[in-house]
Amino acid sequence: MSHPVRVALKAAVWIGSLWPLGVLLRGFMTDDLGANPIEYVTRTLGLTALVLLLTSLGMTPLRALFGWSWPIQLRRLLGLLAFFYVCLHFAVWIGLDHFFAWRRMWEDVLKRPFITVGVSALLLLIPLAATSTQGMIKRLGGARWRLLHKLAYVIGGLGVLHFLWLAKKGRTTPYYYAIALALLLGVRVWDWGRKKLAPHPGPLPGGERVSQTKPSPPLGERASVRAGPLAVRRGLKE
Amino acid sequence: MLVKRDMERKLQGEDVLPREITDYGVYLNRRAFMAGAATLALAPWGREASAQGKLQPLQAAKNPAFQAQEALTPYKHVTTYNNFYEFGTNKEDPERLQASLKTRPWTVQVDGLCAKPRTFGIEELLKFPLEERVYRLRCVEAWSMVIPWIGFPLKDLLKRVEPTGQARYVEFTTLLNPDMFPGQKRGLFGFSLDWPYTEGLRLDEAMHPLTLVTVGLYGQVLPNQNGAPIRVVVPWKYGFKSAKSLVRIRLTSGEPKTTWNKAAGNEYGFYSNVNPEVSHPRWSQATERRIGELRRRDTLMFNGYGDQVASLYAGMDLKRFY
Repeated sequence: MSHPVRVALKAAVWIGSLWPLGVLLRGFMTDDLGANPIEYVTRTLGLTALVLLLTSLGMTPLRALFGWSWPIQLRRLLGLLAFFYVCLHFAVWIGLDHFFAWRRMWEDVLKRPFITVGVSALLLLIPLAATSTQGMIKRLGGARWRLLHKLAYVIGGLGVLHFLWLAKKGRTTPYYYAIALALLLGVRVWDWGRKKLAPHPGPLPGGERVSQTKPSPPLGERASVRAGPLAVRRGLKE
Repeated sequence: MLVKRDMERKLQGEDVLPREITDYGVYLNRRAFMAGAATLALAPWGREASAQGKLQPLQAAKNPAFQAQEALTPYKHVTTYNNFYEFGTNKEDPERLQASLKTRPWTVQVDGLCAKPRTFGIEELLKFPLEERVYRLRCVEAWSMVIPWIGFPLKDLLKRVEPTGQARYVEFTTLLNPDMFPGQKRGLFGFSLDWPYTEGLRLDEAMHPLTLVTVGLYGQVLPNQNGAPIRVVVPWKYGFKSAKSLVRIRLTSGEPKTTWNKAAGNEYGFYSNVNPEVSHPRWSQATERRIGELRRRDTLMFNGYGDQVASLYAGMDLKRFY
């Protein structure tokens, strides 16, 4: 992928991701955050974090489905932005919702399953954010780094569970997120099974399609050229 | 004038000036609160309420015994932040979709175990001696409001039909009409409450002088999103007990099945008295956020009406009968 396209994609991610925060800030400035601003801000930050988290989890399946390499280059940025929103969500819960009533919050963490899973997701995100740099990838080694970052799927699951468990009966929105996560995991399972069945490089029956060259996935943002079924038509170059 | 009142407020800390209790021209500026400032500002609520325009004003004498010693929740918030699943599950849905509800003609059937069952037209119900009462409203979701309702005690209505000796409970039914209530249409996943919405009280709770049949708020008839044209308000119980847009009030011998209890019995008991000691399974009920305030405040037993209603539950284990 050419440099300007990459820059444009990243710019789009930045703008799209920070848009909800901008809307909240504007609402704050114009006193237009509704009757229960703290609840509204908490909800918006949490929802944005979940959307970004699931979007970052969608990048690898996009590559598996279409053989595109560009989604992988956005994965880290999306994950870090999700972490940013999770931190804001958490900060509002602590500072505005509960006003630093630590004992009460700790009781909630222990007694309320939706808060337990929410806080777990936040804690699990910290090592992922901390190891998101090129230097950390090198230091950990690709295999270990990839294994660690498989946690992203666990975190996605915890995030969806958090949403499902806090919602009152009759609300359907959390189920859409659960379905989205299930689809993303499903594509991964399908992709994994596909590679299991065709582990060796070489032409597949069917002619044009080319299977995966090596089952070793890329490191970080570079060298993301694992091919999907449509890769040949799109070309394998970045 | 504004400055003077502001000064008085500051001098009195967070206390509400007595003359403000009946003055709609006061509200707490949320932005100032969000900014963490202790400043309080004024807004022309009276004008805003009447600028809403279409709602008919309602004459009612202020009942001095039921004037809450707290600042009223602004009309705008009372009418835009509602749980009324008949319109939709979001708080904004009722206000956004309220126009589909037609409140004329409207009748309320009052029947069951009584000597003189009959149907009341809304016009007749509006002729009951109406009074204004300021009540706290505590939602089960741990937020609260202070609202000047207009209505009359439910006991005045029930006496008209002469409940028999077998009557032990009262069941309330909300209108079932998916054309007027879009939320009553089945959703994509078929998840929905079991319509029509029903609620219930023990007969002694229903006959308690605090239990109010309500037809208005803030000096006007009820906005649709607040349960027009007629609802019940039970201020010592969580808000969902106060059923809206009533079409039937039935006297029964057995405990009525109630909608939220059927949907999630471990979360919403039949009694559902406001009780800081008994948690909702998913959150604590010890504190609440008063709409318009930044800090949570402690939730009061029976929503602060314990001196009037605690005797109804003498000897009962309120953890068991939540």
